[in-house]
Amino acid sequence: MKTFRIGGVHPEGNKLSARKAICKAALPEQAVFLLLQHIGIQAIPIVKKGDMVKVGTKIAESGGFVSAPVFSSVSGKVNKIDNAIDASGYRKLAIFIDVEGDEWEKTIDRTPDLVKECCLTSEEIIEKIKDAGVVGMGGACFPTHVKLTPPPMCKAECLIVNGVECEPYLTADYRLMLEKTDEILVGVAILMKAVKVNKAYIGIENNKLDAIRLMKEKASAYFGIEIVPLRVKYPQGGEKQLIDAIIHRRVPAPPALPVHVGAIVQNVGTVFAVYEAVQKNKPLFERVVTVTGKSLTRPSNFLTRIGTPMSQLINAAGGLPEDTGKIIGGGPMMGKALATVEVPVCKGTSGVLLMSEKDSRRMIPQPCIRCAKCVDVCPMGLEPYLLATYSAHGDWERVEHEMIMSCIECGSCQFTCPSFRPILDYIRLGKGKVGGIIRIRNEKK
Amino acid sequence: MANKLIVSLSPHVHGGDSVQKNMYGVLIALIPALLVSFYMFGVGAVIVTFTSVAACVFFEWAITKFILKREQITILDGSAAVTGILLAFNLPSNIPLWIIIIGALVAIGVAKMTFGGLGCNPFNPALAGRIFLLVSFPVQMTSWPNIGQLSSYTDAETGATPLALMKQAVHGDIEALGQLPDIFDLFLGNNPGCIGEISALALLLGLVYMLWRKIISWHIPVSILVTVFVLTGLMYWVNPVAYASPFVHLFTGGLMLGAIFMATDYVTSPMTHKGMIIYGIAIGFLTVVIRVFGSYPEGMSFAIFIMNAFTPLINTFCKPKRFGEVVRK
Amino acid sequence: MGLIVVAVISLGSIGLISAMILYGASKKFAVYEDSRIKKVLEVLPQANCGGCGYPGCAGFASACVKATSLEGKLCPVGGQNTMEKVASVLGLKVEVTEPFVAVVRCNGTCSNRPQQTLYDGVRSCAIINSIYGGETGCMFGCLSCGDCVDACQFGGIRMNRETGLPEIDEDMCTACGACAKACPRNIIELRPKGKNNHRVYVQCVNNDKGVLARKACSVACIDCGKCVKVCPFEAITLENNVAYIDPMKCKLCRKCEMECPQDAIVAVNFPPRKVKNEI
Repeated sequence: MKTFRIGGVHPEGNKLSARKAICKAALPEQAVFLLLQHIGIQAIPIVKKGDMVKVGTKIAESGGFVSAPVFSSVSGKVNKIDNAIDASGYRKLAIFIDVEGDEWEKTIDRTPDLVKECCLTSEEIIEKIKDAGVVGMGGACFPTHVKLTPPPMCKAECLIVNGVECEPYLTADYRLMLEKTDEILVGVAILMKAVKVNKAYIGIENNKLDAIRLMKEKASAYFGIEIVPLRVKYPQGGEKQLIDAIIHRRVPAPPALPVHVGAIVQNVGTVFAVYEAVQKNKPLFERVVTVTGKSLTRPSNFLTRIGTPMSQLINAAGGLPEDTGKIIGGGPMMGKALATVEVPVCKGTSGVLLMSEKDSRRMIPQPCIRCAKCVDVCPMGLEPYLLATYSAHGDWERVEHEMIMSCIECGSCQFTCPSFRPILDYIRLGKGKVGGIIRIRNEKK
Repeated sequence: MANKLIVSLSPHVHGGDSVQKNMYGVLIALIPALLVSFYMFGVGAVIVTFTSVAACVFFEWAITKFILKREQITILDGSAAVTGILLAFNLPSNIPLWIIIIGALVAIGVAKMTFGGLGCNPFNPALAGRIFLLVSFPVQMTSWPNIGQLSSYTDAETGATPLALMKQAVHGDIEALGQLPDIFDLFLGNNPGCIGEISALALLLGLVYMLWRKIISWHIPVSILVTVFVLTGLMYWVNPVAYASPFVHLFTGGLMLGAIFMATDYVTSPMTHKGMIIYGIAIGFLTVVIRVFGSYPEGMSFAIFIMNAFTPLINTFCKPKRFGEVVRK
Repeated sequence: MGLIVVAVISLGSIGLISAMILYGASKKFAVYEDSRIKKVLEVLPQANCGGCGYPGCAGFASACVKATSLEGKLCPVGGQNTMEKVASVLGLKVEVTEPFVAVVRCNGTCSNRPQQTLYDGVRSCAIINSIYGGETGCMFGCLSCGDCVDACQFGGIRMNRETGLPEIDEDMCTACGACAKACPRNIIELRPKGKNNHRVYVQCVNNDKGVLARKACSVACIDCGKCVKVCPFEAITLENNVAYIDPMKCKLCRKCEMECPQDAIVAVNFPPRKVKNEI
């Protein structure tokens, strides 16, 4: 069975909500739409205080090429445009909408029927995806239309769909694959048409056997779609690792893109959003969010309107447990710890994980014993212990020479370190500094 | 909710591995060899091992507490106990107590704590202690008691070890190799020598355990053993009268102990697999050179010690294969 | 006897040959260096702090020698005295500059700014700043991890354990600016030392609106604008919801200090007021 070839770890799966079907979360009283829900330039608001909006109304326009518009997920009145705390822990500009009723835009096709045929051209599809504000839903939130428009000189050879979900606890993608199998396959066919390739692979880890079986059964009806079962290993869901696992090609160090080796990777959540955008005229304003945690009474998968505060989802899943020590937006390996529960769900929120006080404390770091376990597990073939030491001493030239910018921050090194060293803290510090130095150098040129 | 929320960078989970677990794993892997030594040398082995471990742990505790004045006392991580057992394994079972204590002081005090404790020492502490004793007390360190004298300690009768016989053979004694015990006895540990090194079988059991628990990787022990086997095999093939067979070389002296437990010490061995293989081959080569051409009968500890010094250099030149380094056309 | 002669001759010839090689090499690879650079370097403080904007004292010295005037060149560590010495070495004129000192523009002590979350990880301001607003509700204030203390080469900053804020020792501070660069939140500012060391400045950099700022910290600038109105010299400006006193325009009248409802404006090193609460 295939998997990526360098490093990797095996964290406990803990997929508590795997057997819970996706259910709709209740509408919030007030929805908060951050203007920067993606990587790139902030969107520009096109509504003002007092405006009435419907579900699916565009409320902020894309701010540039690497940007995406924002749509209202509720109907009601714009309360204000003000700062709101987002997952980064800082206040960012957001649109607040008071919910009144649930009135949808007429253009959206709300029937549950599967629409298979798509007679648009490649450019039209990409234009439609762009207008629907679709971004990468795996967590990175890179605007999808940018990924589908490879730079000249590069030619995509295949499409890789990421159904790996290697993060422990999260089950949003898994449930989506089980419940929206046909929609995802149609979405894949549309994306294949958009990037003009005739081969697509859907990578699924083999701890999701029923998803693999179901996908395989239905995929035979579609041309050129192959389901690839993958051996369970973290971080298989990393773009570069997935390409290595499925087509055995390695993307060179940044600034090279996956398309340089002929691959375009999309998450299954994104594929589903593409299907809805292209076939159902439904812009991206809903997504599946896993709310989970060991002390939570009802770990669930919610189909959530974007802009719903996380506190509401936690209440719907049984309320915040007494012993909560940490709230994580995303999975435990790469997610961000949140300083407050009032953070709104945005396009990239794949899960909310509650950890108990006991589990969330870090152990006291001990000196590095140079056991080389971090070197063994690093999926990028780096030497994390060295990067961390140099960063701690502020030796930016050497960390850059040791290729710190290749680090994908998967956390395998810190996960495996027997001395509980905060390796990734230091590497992130180093990455930030080196990134700044490189930018200044490029500007000087 | 009563508590303040904790915020920290990802990852938010840990694999559960710890320094303690690794060190206790090494201790478990040492148990078979320890039992064999008790069985072969009796009370002497018990006294030596116990003294060595106690002295090492005591010195670590005393130095962290009174000289370094650190709050965190590190004796529970098990590294001092491992050093203690490894030091004892490198001593004959009839060595006086005061020599063991000096050895422990050098191992922990000089080789480990002066550099800052676990993780900072450039040389393997147990080896440093053993080499210090070997050059300071050559008589006591090189008179090994015969096996089977279960109740005697310093009064045990001593005899020639296979390594000494092999040295005599190299220097022209044609009869020497004929007096070697047969290979099966060597493999089981039925021959005189240091406490822990006699039974290759017991040490190999330890290796299997450590590989199974993923405490060490196979690269260092295998590359050392293969190198020694190939080099001594070549010599045996050229002149079987002067040079012992490669199996004898593998199963005698500190080779197994060194290759499995001393050379694989985390702190003093290279970080990458490529580096580990280079390190292992160099150790194997140096061992054979010292054993066959040097003035000491055993070269394992010196070989490892020399290569410890080269470890930083190996780390600088052997980098792991970076992801995507080779650009595909 | 013969042995000694052989030894003397052989060793002597080795010495002779080596000396010739060394002499040749020193001639061939000689690098011309302006001798004044060395002289300038001698009068510099040799702190190599980079406060002048050049890489170390040697860099500054060669820049001074190359330059035609000393305009804009200042060794913040040595100050006026050193620059006069440099000028006399080079035969140039020295500019009169005012000495600077670093000030911490945050008064969010543990009691003024209650802790809301707990950060668990490496104690580094840069890292905390990269993940969230900090342990308190204020997203602009001091993170109390002491990156500035580590950056200071002169022992001019200490961390006050009780308040959790860095304190600057005015006598030790050389205004090299290392702490200001190290602070990820630009809290530390270099300000002119002022007449008799008297300084008035706003001890807050919170860009949030008044309500939010007050919620996070009891001594935050709440953007009320009272100080702007009361200032007779138009030295105070409001920008990004926080007041700023221009040190060049401020005449140290201390009217704003009394007016501020939040006690966010401080005046340091003034003698105690004769009559309290005079309005």
